[in-house]
Amino acid sequence: MEKIVLPDIPNFDKIEVYKKHGGFGAAKKAFKMTSDDVIDTVKKSGLRGRGGAAFSAGLKWSFMPKTTDKPKYLCINGDESEPGSFKDRQIFEYNPFQLIEGILITCYAIGAKSAYIYIRGEYHKWVKLMQEALETAYKDGFVGEKMKKTFGTDFSCEIYIHKGAGAYICGEESSLMNSLEGHRGYPRIKPPFPASKGLWGCPTTINNVETITNVPKIIEKGWEWFSKIGAEKHPGTILYGISGHVNKPGVYERPSGTLLLDLINNEAGGVIGNKKIKCVIPGGSSMPPLRGDQLEGIKMDADSLRAAGSAIGTAGIMVMDEDTNLLKVLLRISRFYHHESCGQCTPCREGTGWLEKTLRRLDSGNGTSADLDLLISVANNIEGNTICALGEAAAWPVKFMVDRFRDEFEKYVKTDVVIPVNNKVHSMRNTANPLANIKH
Amino acid sequence: MAFKFTEENTRRIDLARKKYPTALAAIMDTVWIAQEQNGYISDEVMTEIALILGIDKVQVLSVVTFYTMYFTKPMGKHHVQVCTNVSCMLRGGAEIYDEVSKSLGLEHLGVSTDGKFSLEEVECMGSCGTAPMIAVNEDYYENLDKDKALEIIKSLQ
Repeated sequence: MEKIVLPDIPNFDKIEVYKKHGGFGAAKKAFKMTSDDVIDTVKKSGLRGRGGAAFSAGLKWSFMPKTTDKPKYLCINGDESEPGSFKDRQIFEYNPFQLIEGILITCYAIGAKSAYIYIRGEYHKWVKLMQEALETAYKDGFVGEKMKKTFGTDFSCEIYIHKGAGAYICGEESSLMNSLEGHRGYPRIKPPFPASKGLWGCPTTINNVETITNVPKIIEKGWEWFSKIGAEKHPGTILYGISGHVNKPGVYERPSGTLLLDLINNEAGGVIGNKKIKCVIPGGSSMPPLRGDQLEGIKMDADSLRAAGSAIGTAGIMVMDEDTNLLKVLLRISRFYHHESCGQCTPCREGTGWLEKTLRRLDSGNGTSADLDLLISVANNIEGNTICALGEAAAWPVKFMVDRFRDEFEKYVKTDVVIPVNNKVHSMRNTANPLANIKH
Repeated sequence: MAFKFTEENTRRIDLARKKYPTALAAIMDTVWIAQEQNGYISDEVMTEIALILGIDKVQVLSVVTFYTMYFTKPMGKHHVQVCTNVSCMLRGGAEIYDEVSKSLGLEHLGVSTDGKFSLEEVECMGSCGTAPMIAVNEDYYENLDKDKALEIIKSLQ
């Protein structure tokens, strides 16, 4: 199988090697097409966003207004903060020029003159690598004013790198724009959608790093070629990041629709110690977890996973073996979302705290069966009641894990109920305890 | 004491400003540069950032306090970050955190009295495939176990 995003070519991150393998040829081809044709090609290819929502990339581009007196912007989302997701850093490190070429083509298609690559703050090393690659591309005349001469076109665009500073929420597109503008990373209410009012109130498109890295190959080889790879409705390859209790964790580029068990058992070398799988989260920690005994036949593409009761997310597959304490895992997930809630919407700000507190109570051995219902009830009250999808991200793992692993969670529940009383003196007033012998 | 950017850093801030149509958008870059120079973002640093970008100080404060990677107090020379999120936790990240915490005698966001070390329990750093991991300042150390993690800490002492 041919790899699109992370090809097995040594030193592909060097511009000479990239050029030798046809690098920047796709951009040259695209600049000879009309921008509508480029959008149409990507639309027909069926390329869907790799950042979580799996929305059609070409369709997203087509929302950009054709005529406007405002500048247009492209944002590349490289915030990659979803636990279990570690694919974009591979692109920054091993294939930065294909990303840059993808950005050039996308900018041309939507008519943007500036593009920002938003990279999470923790990725110091990858910010540097990407910055170096970008400087090389500028120097060699592939970006900026000089590209007009290189490509023999009137079109030019600038690419900038923006470094985040440690906020999960900035991976949400509207929050990313606020962060880029220099505000706190609070998500914005939609509508207006970014295509009409994005960065600085101007039309903006936001795409994931992996999505854009696919674009040059689609232009080069045509949409028919791309649309035949993998699952029919979610074509192309996907970078599957497999982590947890497997022998060979890592990022594997395989066609969409690959069997989940195939990825775990063949690519990732199976579960450590040949243990059974208890639980798999197929798309990063915010996606609904699946039971280990129900993985047979599940394919890794957006539609198959939806049918199986989960979602593709960022394709970060977390594998947990039979000895895993799911309560501790869920507590850790809930702690994360409580920490990362931006605090704008009450259901999320308060609800994520409640989830964590209730799970802590269960973990300390003081939880009751009613707490399990409470968890689901709190999760249901967060979901759908917030500005951005962090609400769902916090609610789904709790809701589905408690529901799908109820038998496991019941094990952590205490059967005899002791009501904790803070005021011991008050509670013991009518007892024989001399401490309680207090006159009022 | 008043804080001033070095000449080199002032030049870098000018470059950062050129990336964006507004001065406010250069704030994250500027705070990064300030933190690099000063180690943390003090009140004086915020005053200077506001002045140099021509924005209100409250805007600087609001950004600095939103992001976890900007420090408002001095941290250790070696800022040790241990990930305990799910992928790391499944492979022993939490135990590594406990061990490192014990060996440094520090709690989450604690700083040693000699200013050499600080410790932070961090959220997912994107090293799930090479878990568990710790980061010291900007460098990642991956595929660790307890002993390897303690060895790294020891080598910094």
